[in-house]
Parts: sequence; C-alpha cells; structure tokens
Amino acid sequence: MIESRPASEPASQHAGQPASQPAGTHQRATFRSDAAPLLLTPDEIGRALRRVSHEILEQLPDLSQVVLLGIPTRGVPLARRIASVIKEFEGIDVPVGSVDVGLYRDDLDYRPTTRLGPTEVPVNLDGRTVVLVDDVLFTGRTIRAALDALADLGRPRNVQLAALVDRGHRQLPIRADYVGKNLPTSVEERVTVQLEETDGTEGVWLERAR
Amino acid sequence: MNHLLSTEYLSATDLTRILNMADEMAEVLDRPIPKVPTLRGKTVGLVFFENSTRTRLSFERAAKALSADTMTFGSQGSSMTKGESLRDTALTLEAIGADLMVVRHYAVGAAHRISEWVDVPVINAGDGTNQHPTQALLDALTLRQRFGKLDGLAVAIVGDIRHSRVARSNVFALNALGAEVTLVAPATLLPTSLEGWPVKVAYHIDEVVEDTDVMYLLRIQAERGGDQVVPSLPEYVSRFGLTEQRYARMSGDSVVLHPGPMNRGVEIAHGVAEAERSLVLSQVRNGVAVRMAVMLTLFGAHHD
Repeated sequence: MIESRPASEPASQHAGQPASQPAGTHQRATFRSDAAPLLLTPDEIGRALRRVSHEILEQLPDLSQVVLLGIPTRGVPLARRIASVIKEFEGIDVPVGSVDVGLYRDDLDYRPTTRLGPTEVPVNLDGRTVVLVDDVLFTGRTIRAALDALADLGRPRNVQLAALVDRGHRQLPIRADYVGKNLPTSVEERVTVQLEETDGTEGVWLERAR
Repeated sequence: MNHLLSTEYLSATDLTRILNMADEMAEVLDRPIPKVPTLRGKTVGLVFFENSTRTRLSFERAAKALSADTMTFGSQGSSMTKGESLRDTALTLEAIGADLMVVRHYAVGAAHRISEWVDVPVINAGDGTNQHPTQALLDALTLRQRFGKLDGLAVAIVGDIRHSRVARSNVFALNALGAEVTLVAPATLLPTSLEGWPVKVAYHIDEVVEDTDVMYLLRIQAERGGDQVVPSLPEYVSRFGLTEQRYARMSGDSVVLHPGPMNRGVEIAHGVAEAERSLVLSQVRNGVAVRMAVMLTLFGAHHD
C-alpha cells in the first residue's frame, strides 16, 4: 500500500526524522540525539520570512494582483506567514493557496510512493502574479513540477519563487526571486525544516549523510 | 498492494488511503484542465470479457486523466472466439505492452487467475458474482463526502444479493469502515450461506425504511437467473421496491444509492431515481476519481 513519504525534494529534508522535542522550546541549544547542527533558530526563521515579505512588497507594489501558493507540506504554512506579515504592514489580505506537485513529478518510477497533498487555488490565476513558496530549494525539480501544475490551473501573468532556504545544487535552470537564507551544503547532506504548524517544533537542521 | 482483486482483505487504513487519494483526484477532475501527467508513457489494458459501459468508460477516463494510454480488449470479435485461452489472452496483452490490466469477466476468480500469470498490476473490474472492488470504493467515497465518515452509518442493501458482486464488495468494505450493513432480500435472492458475512438480514424493505441512513438498491440480475426465483415483479416491488411512498418515509438525512444499471419501476421508482437524495450520478462521477486513485496506488506499490 501507499507509504506516507513527503512529496518534496529527494534527500533534501524529512529523510531522517529528528528526535522529537516539546513544542515551544525555542533555544539554540536544542537537544537532538543525532547532534545535527541547528542552522536556523525559530527567531531566525521569523526574521528571514519578514525580510522575504518586505522584498515581495518592494517588488510587487500592486498587491491586489498577488497570490501566494505554498507547495505542500511546509510551503503552505510559510505562505500563510508571509501573508500575515504583509497584512501587518500593508493591511491587505493576499490570497493564499496551495499547489501540490505529486502528480507532476518526473520520478514516479524512482520514488513511487509519492504522497499527495492538497491543491487549493483561492482565486482565478489568470493575469495574476503567483508567488510560489517552498521550504527548501535544492535540485529545482519540485519547482519544475509546480510550474507544470500551475500551467494546468490557469495562466498567471508572471510566476515568482520564494524559498526559506536555498541550499544550491540545482539540476535545472531555476532560481528563487526571494530567499530567506542561502545555505552552502554538500550534496550528501540533508536539510531538514520543521515548522510549528506541521511538526510542533521549529528550526532548520543540517543532517550529515549516513 | 500489488493488485486490487477484492475488498475482503482491505483494512480500514488501506481503504482510507485510497479514499484520501481519491479526494485529491476529484479536485483534479474539477480543474479547468482535468488532466495530470503522472502516468505519461504507461499503458492501461482494459480487458472486458463481459458487457460493460459505465465501468469501462470510467476506467478509460481515469487512465486518460492521468495521461496513461489505453488499449481495450473486448471478447466480441477477438481471438477468444477462435478458442484462445484466458491465459494466452492475458500474456499477449502483457507482451503488447500493458503496464496494468483492468479485468472484467463473467467467471468468478478470473482477475485473480490473471494476476498469477502476469507481472503487471491487475484491477478486478467485476468477476462474475464475486467482487467489484472499485464499485465499493466509489460508494464509500460518495458516502464519506455526504456524511463525513462511515463509522456508525446504517446501510441497507436491498435486492438481488445472491448474484451481486457489488453487494459482496460493499459488505466487506463498508464493514471495515465501521458501517452497519443490513441485507434486505427474499430468501431466494440471498447467498446460500452468509457465514462470515458481518451483516444483519431483513426480509421486507419496510423493516429498514425508516431507520436506515443509506438505501442501497440492486437490480434483479436476470442474466444470472435472478428473475427465475421471484414469483412476480409486482410482488417483488410490493416487498422490496423503493417506491415514492417509502422514500417519503425515509429520514430527511438519508440517501439512496444504486450502482446501475437501474430498472426504474422495479427496485427503484422513477421519481426516487430523480429525487434530491438520490446520489446515483455522484456515484458515477466519483467512480472516475476512485479508479484514478487505485491506478496510482498500484503503480506506486508495484515499483517499490
């Protein structure tokens, strides 16, 4: 039967489940049994997202045409957080939705148990500016799949990309318009993002290859 | 899961996973472009040894919405009429390039046999009077959409249970998901033994009409001899038909299901088939989503 495996970048995150940790313990000295270094604290994630939100405000002054679409699982809460920062500063509710890429991946034969997440498009995308939001930008294959999915959902005027972490190692000609944090990594390492909304804990960790 | 042959061995977890995926597929079917590229390059063989319209078209639509190619084998006008065995037909289809086979056959166990001969996943699309698992899944999806959950739901399955693969598949799937099933039929249209069936039995539709959440109606299968054991249609209707009067006595939240083809005026009155709480067309729509989910599931597990 179907194993639940996230539909995100292979070997980029979620691969090793970190030791559980009580919600709300937001210190850098977080205990983890495998001693993976903590790259971003909850505070640093918050600051990175505020900066991304302000960059979006600068780049896209006509917010009435903007839609934020998170890529499940963790892109969706990130998109909501960006929308709430925008709301805080501009008082405008930017529509937030999700676009799942599981059905658009090119690796069904390699990672057959792709888990499907929800696709919810809150407004007609035709003529709008879509900002895709994902947690980790790695090979670019997830974004390639998301662009294909978007083409079936409507015809946005332009599409931009916001990522909490860009860890490099692109395999496709794709770049992010807004990056929370550039993290140089080795291709064997894994970047694990956890968020309060989805994991009950928060942080970005670097896991060594096993 | 390598094949989908029967609901009898599916757990609530198995069923729920397929239904959850089917919810996503229903969303795909609602899009402006109701097609995704997931199964591009795969070929689905539709092997139909028995007449079927809705099931075949539904599987075809499901395969195409996932961008798979389809090839259809019908027993009429094929080498089956030249004496080719079931095994040779199946192996030939696999050799031509079927990556998955959907099998409808008049004989019990046909899909199961084929699954032992070929190396590709097999979906049983109905084998004689035995099983029709995707029908049970689409019924479960339809009920879950309507009621939110199946746990505790009272379901009456009324009609020719004896010859119904739909009833067999539904009894086990609905029971696994927590519904309470009552079979309602004349003794001659019940299976000779109900041993191991998690059901209650009633012999008159009036026993359940006011208390059931779901009235699931089945036609009398004349092609399998169902009409030979009923004294007369008017008498059948008087005891087992869902007339408009009986529909009016059902609870305001209850619904009517029918797997089709309907014999209007017999098991279901014309007005009931068209009524607000008849979910017949939702069932048909959900069939496509459920079959997409099953195909994806089988392709996934198969490559594991």
